[in-house]
Amino acid sequence: MQPFSGLSLLRRGLSGHRGWQPQWRRAEPKAAYDAVIVGGGGHGLGASYYLAKQHGLRNIAVLEKGWIGGGNTGRNTTIIRSNYLFAESAALYDHALKLWETLSQELNYNVMFSQRGVMMLAHTVHDVHTSKRHVHANRAAGVDNEWLTPAEAKAFCPVLNIGDIRYPVLGAALQRRGGTARHDAVAWGYARAADSLGVDIIENCEVTGIRRNSQGGVEAVETTRGSIRTPKVGVSAAGHTSVIMKMVGLRLPLESFPLQALVSEPVKPIFPCVVMSNTVHAYISQSDKGELVIGAGTDAYTSYTQRGGLHIDNHALEAICELFPMFRRLRMLRNWGGIVDVTPDRSPIIAKTPVPGLYVNCGWGTGGFKATPGSAHVFAHTIARDEPHPINAPFTIERFRDGHLIDEAAAAAVAH
Amino acid sequence: MLLIECPYCGKRPELEFSHGGQAHVARARNPADVSAQEWTDFLYMRSNIKGVHAERWRHTHGCGRFFNALRDTTTDHFLVTYKAGEPRPTAPKVGL
Repeated sequence: MQPFSGLSLLRRGLSGHRGWQPQWRRAEPKAAYDAVIVGGGGHGLGASYYLAKQHGLRNIAVLEKGWIGGGNTGRNTTIIRSNYLFAESAALYDHALKLWETLSQELNYNVMFSQRGVMMLAHTVHDVHTSKRHVHANRAAGVDNEWLTPAEAKAFCPVLNIGDIRYPVLGAALQRRGGTARHDAVAWGYARAADSLGVDIIENCEVTGIRRNSQGGVEAVETTRGSIRTPKVGVSAAGHTSVIMKMVGLRLPLESFPLQALVSEPVKPIFPCVVMSNTVHAYISQSDKGELVIGAGTDAYTSYTQRGGLHIDNHALEAICELFPMFRRLRMLRNWGGIVDVTPDRSPIIAKTPVPGLYVNCGWGTGGFKATPGSAHVFAHTIARDEPHPINAPFTIERFRDGHLIDEAAAAAVAH
Repeated sequence: MLLIECPYCGKRPELEFSHGGQAHVARARNPADVSAQEWTDFLYMRSNIKGVHAERWRHTHGCGRFFNALRDTTTDHFLVTYKAGEPRPTAPKVGL
């Protein structure tokens, strides 16, 4: 791996950027691995990196049916925050946020993590009550979150229209440590770092079956590029988790929905932070390229189409135009959908399964990107040790049977 | 936007409907005798089919009635809609 430094960038820049090598090898699948990760998004690639770096498993592979980072890692609105209501969630998401803070140095790859602040608007008396409850719960759990008056919200984001609209801004909860990162760079950075530790990253390789031994444990995965023997399989397949789990006869508490987003034409820097509103349902920030990145909602029905209906985007744009009247004249460049796997309590599952050697990291629903490093880190621990890390121990499949739900429905990024 | 055929009212735009999740998930007739695992399966576990999927819809802003549909979740194409209580039909072949 060619390490990046200011000097190497300068030298390549002066010589016309020739001589850069590919960032990871184009690996061919081997006959056997010590562990296989299914799904080459940020969560899966990250898990392979931590397995190699912290747990000494170097003979491992990541299998991706398309290209790496082409699923939800490349389709989200890149918002990062950790101000979740319950102690279990705050611990998990803040674990991720702390890893984000040093990720570029850790990977020697600039993931463009920018702690520009995430401001969540309150528009009704009920919003004010729940937001303040979140602020207090977060501060008690050691997670930064503060309450802003409408004038303070306007000062933090000057283009925000706080009055004279159907749902005026009554205040906001601000997490200053929150922000955004470059989503593609997260996938590429983890892929490059994992590859340099010996991990095989195999694209265009779809898992079609999971073979089990006489004890019922995992023995091999069948793929479109042949059979691969392995005693451990970590599934990190987002919206397609149910499809993989069906191969061993398991059903999970998951439903897959299209979640849409869109970007505007690029404009000069105008938007200094991230603003989200669960009530009028809008999420907006500005990328370093200048596009306004806008998050819309999920469609009403389950689907694997990566499309969704345009009325969903229209609804988000109506809210954006109310909150930011100056954006009315902006043109939208493109929109897209990703397939998100949603659990009944809107918290993820990072756990062992009833099948020995089969582990699952799923159920991130509409908000998985922010958790990428933390999720990958504790999933690697779960696979390597065959037991959960204390942080992901509550996020089991059995919590639905035992009634220990982590009910973040009210706190999640999308109004349900 | 999807065009959905309500078995009572005919074709209407998606906005008139609410999605009711997986169809034919039967509640136990004798709830007191059901194990925790069976309750979990009923309440939470879903097939989440990639392909032809049986699901409930409600014509909320129309007749207000529930009905079922077979829809291909890889294309969002409706194969057939049928009244609640009727058995799941065999999926008809459709050309797109």
